[in-house]
Amino acid sequence: MNKIVSKENFSENVIKLEVEAPLIAKSRKAGHFVIVRVDEKGERIPLTIAAADVEKGTITLVVQKIGVTSIKLCSLNVGDEILDLVGPLGRATHIDKFGTVVCAGGGVGVAPLLPIVEAMKKAGNRVITILAARTKDLIILEEQMRKFSDEVIIMTDDGSSGRKGLVTNGIEEVAAREKVDCCVTIGPAIMMKFVSLLTKKLEIPTVASLNTIMVDGTGMCGACRVTVGGKTKFVCVDGPEFDAHQVDFDEMLMRLGAYKEEEKADMYKVGK
Amino acid sequence: MAEDRNVAWREELRKSLSNKERTALTRVKMNELEPAYRARVREEVNQGLTKEQALQESKRCLDCPNPTCTQGCPVGINIPGFIKNIERGEVLEAAKVLKETSALPAVCGRVCPQEKQCESQCIYKQKLKKEAVAIGYLERFAADYERESGQISVPEITCKNGIKVAVVGSGPAGLSFAGDMAKKGYSVTVFEALHEIGGVLKYGIPEFRLPNRIVDVEIDNLRKMGVDFVKDCIIGKTLSVEDLEKDGFKGIFVASGAGLPRFMNIPGENFIGIMSSNEYLTRVNLMDASNPEYDTPIYKGKRVAVIGGGNTAMDSVRTALRLGAERAMIVYRRSEDEMPARLEEVKHAKEEGVEFMTLHNPIEYFGDEKGRVTKMRLQKMQLGEPDASGRRSPVEIPGAVVDVDVDEVIVSVGVSPNPLVPNSVSGLNVSPKGTIVVNEGMQSSIPMIFAGGDIVRGGATVILAMGDGRAAAKAMDEYLKK
Ligand SMILES: Cc1cc2nc3c(=O)[nH]c(=O)nc-3n(C[C@H](O)[C@H](O)[C@H](O)COP(=O)(O)OP(=O)(O)OC[C@H]3O[C@@H](n4cnc5c(N)ncnc54)[C@H](O)[C@@H]3O)c2cc1C
Ligand SMILES: Cc1cc2nc3c(=O)[nH]c(=O)nc-3n(C[C@H](O)[C@H](O)[C@H](O)COP(=O)(O)OP(=O)(O)OC[C@H]3O[C@@H](n4cnc5c(N)ncnc54)[C@H](O)[C@@H]3O)c2cc1C
Ligand code: SF4
Ligand code: FES
Repeated sequence: MNKIVSKENFSENVIKLEVEAPLIAKSRKAGHFVIVRVDEKGERIPLTIAAADVEKGTITLVVQKIGVTSIKLCSLNVGDEILDLVGPLGRATHIDKFGTVVCAGGGVGVAPLLPIVEAMKKAGNRVITILAARTKDLIILEEQMRKFSDEVIIMTDDGSSGRKGLVTNGIEEVAAREKVDCCVTIGPAIMMKFVSLLTKKLEIPTVASLNTIMVDGTGMCGACRVTVGGKTKFVCVDGPEFDAHQVDFDEMLMRLGAYKEEEKADMYKVGK
Repeated sequence: MAEDRNVAWREELRKSLSNKERTALTRVKMNELEPAYRARVREEVNQGLTKEQALQESKRCLDCPNPTCTQGCPVGINIPGFIKNIERGEVLEAAKVLKETSALPAVCGRVCPQEKQCESQCIYKQKLKKEAVAIGYLERFAADYERESGQISVPEITCKNGIKVAVVGSGPAGLSFAGDMAKKGYSVTVFEALHEIGGVLKYGIPEFRLPNRIVDVEIDNLRKMGVDFVKDCIIGKTLSVEDLEKDGFKGIFVASGAGLPRFMNIPGENFIGIMSSNEYLTRVNLMDASNPEYDTPIYKGKRVAVIGGGNTAMDSVRTALRLGAERAMIVYRRSEDEMPARLEEVKHAKEEGVEFMTLHNPIEYFGDEKGRVTKMRLQKMQLGEPDASGRRSPVEIPGAVVDVDVDEVIVSVGVSPNPLVPNSVSGLNVSPKGTIVVNEGMQSSIPMIFAGGDIVRGGATVILAMGDGRAAAKAMDEYLKK
């Protein structure tokens, strides 16, 4: 069960895993995620299904090492099994023919963006993908994104790849030269906050995929809650995608820090 | 039942002691761990009765010709029948009598609200104005005795009928349904969304009240009877109901519980450190977060307020003590008389040092610059007219507010039905509250789909869930044999 059939390093800190999960491969859609638990003592963490192969019965996860669980997961090898893997969870992305769609991803958000880029393209949209990172080495999935994008714009903080600047600079540039009908953004909460502020000003309807802390991923606990349009929503069942202009990103940023100290204290478990 | 009351040994037993002698006996006290010790450990608080104590208590039961206790039991357990077997020293026989009606006596003996059910109807309470026979303690005794004797009878399944049935959810409703159907010869597969089998019995009710090993024995027995368990599988997500049909399942029993937490939607409720009791108990019970070897984090508050007055609230507040809280408070908007929690839980909580702030209701929370909760504002209440639930409703006392310092708040104000299955099946009749609508035979508007437990009743009890599972098994069996 849940056997890893292939593993590839995208960069030092980003790893692609292809995992046996025939039922999930069959029922998943773009935007869905899974919850994994690596071992008996492990926690449950959400990961987006980046791709699926129904024939082979596998799903692809792209994992960024940021803490104990993601590091443990990335240390597994081909042939190893992930103890628990459940999904597909969340609501699928609303895919439609919008016209021109800007997909803006940064950091951890690039992996979950990939299936959306693919689906948007297949739905007949003109897709412009903007990938942002601090520096060249942290840009991932560029190849894969090109396959499904009409244009890929790379933005780095230090200008070591693509253009120097933030993801928002990229969006501004595109919006200045053509009409954008829809924007999808996934990344660190702070990035999505600024993307949202910008697109609100530019009046571009925007969807943000929120990566809050989760436990069960089935609506049972409320750990993942955020305020959207003044109402409390559960990201795992009501989302993960929401109208970005309605999301209270400041609250989300605050809540993401809930267990910072406990998580840091746990890092000895992976030798850090 | 009338017949078995007339068997010779029972008649003799009745004659062996006069009613006067029986009623002169005092109710047994449960052996409990000392409050000061137990409030810091996970060990089960109630240690059970010794055989001598159980025997003594069983003598109090008058073996009434019309046992009113039985009417108080939601599933009609033959109460004097099992108690008299204890009195004559046939404890294994007593366990068998219990199992005629209850699939999980060791669980129910621990968690049923007996003071509202069987014991409230006992003649001692009703007519003699004395303390009821300790039916719950005796039930637990008989079930534990059987388990510890190593002689649990696993029903032999002789003729498999080859018909596949599916169960959605592995709480008490699902488990009891699975057991009954396996006995009838069906091939039963239980699908569970989480990585553990047992539903609320595992992720909700804490170890100090219901040790996991008790539940695991029941699950192992079901395995021995051939029941298949599939974890990490969500019906409506991983597999649809149509998938199950295509796979050859002829009947589906939905027992997916009422797992959705409610919040109060008051200002500041999303500050860090404020969470649902489901999140808190899941972290501690299911994920073992308080054990440093486990990866799931938990915040161990020093001043913890738990909002609510049900069993879930009591479990949360007592868990907070065990995680090191210096001040653990129950904040409840009505008075203690209206509290839905089992009496014993309230008593235990008080003994362990929990503060009860009844007639208080939170109206706002405040946090520090990191967003961590620091203070709650409580509105003082008074009791007004009875409301729809028959309980006197809480009314605000204008202007009476008080601020209390807290660093963790557990919101335990009720749960809603799990919408995953209802939302994913078209044509399923669902009430406005989100519960699945069923007939007396627990059958839904889709003939092959039956449902029971909290998904039908909203938040209810273990015994009702278990009873539903058994009723559904009976009805589905009849339906499938047609
Ligand atoms: C719906 C959804 C889809 C996701 N998809 C992916 C994916 O495809 N690939 C992937 O690599 N990650 C994804 N994530 C994020 C992933 O779940 C977290 O990175 C993971 O939980 C971290 O666990 P950890 O134990 O390794 O780190 P932790 O020890 O839990 O965290 C380490 C540090 O990271 C911060 N942090 C924790 N959670 C998050 C978060 N969700 N976002 C940003 N920072 C966080 C913490 O504050 C902490 O400082 C997704 C999250 C959600 C909610
Ligand atoms: C903390 C707490 C304390 C309690 N204390 C008491 C008590 O002392 N006495 C008492 O009588 N009652 C008590 N209760 C109530 C009692 O536990 C419930 O009424 C009872 O467990 C309901 O049983 P159930 O089988 O209907 O559902 P549950 O026990 O809720 O089980 C449902 C199961 O279904 C799974 N599930 C849900 N959706 C799906 C899906 N789509 N696919 C697969 N699986 C799914 C869930 O993960 C869960 O494991 C308590 C409840 C809580 C939360
Ligand atoms: S009512 Fe009380 S005394 Fe009478 S049979 Fe029931 S438990 Fe025994
Ligand atoms: S993760 Fe528990 S409700 Fe969303």
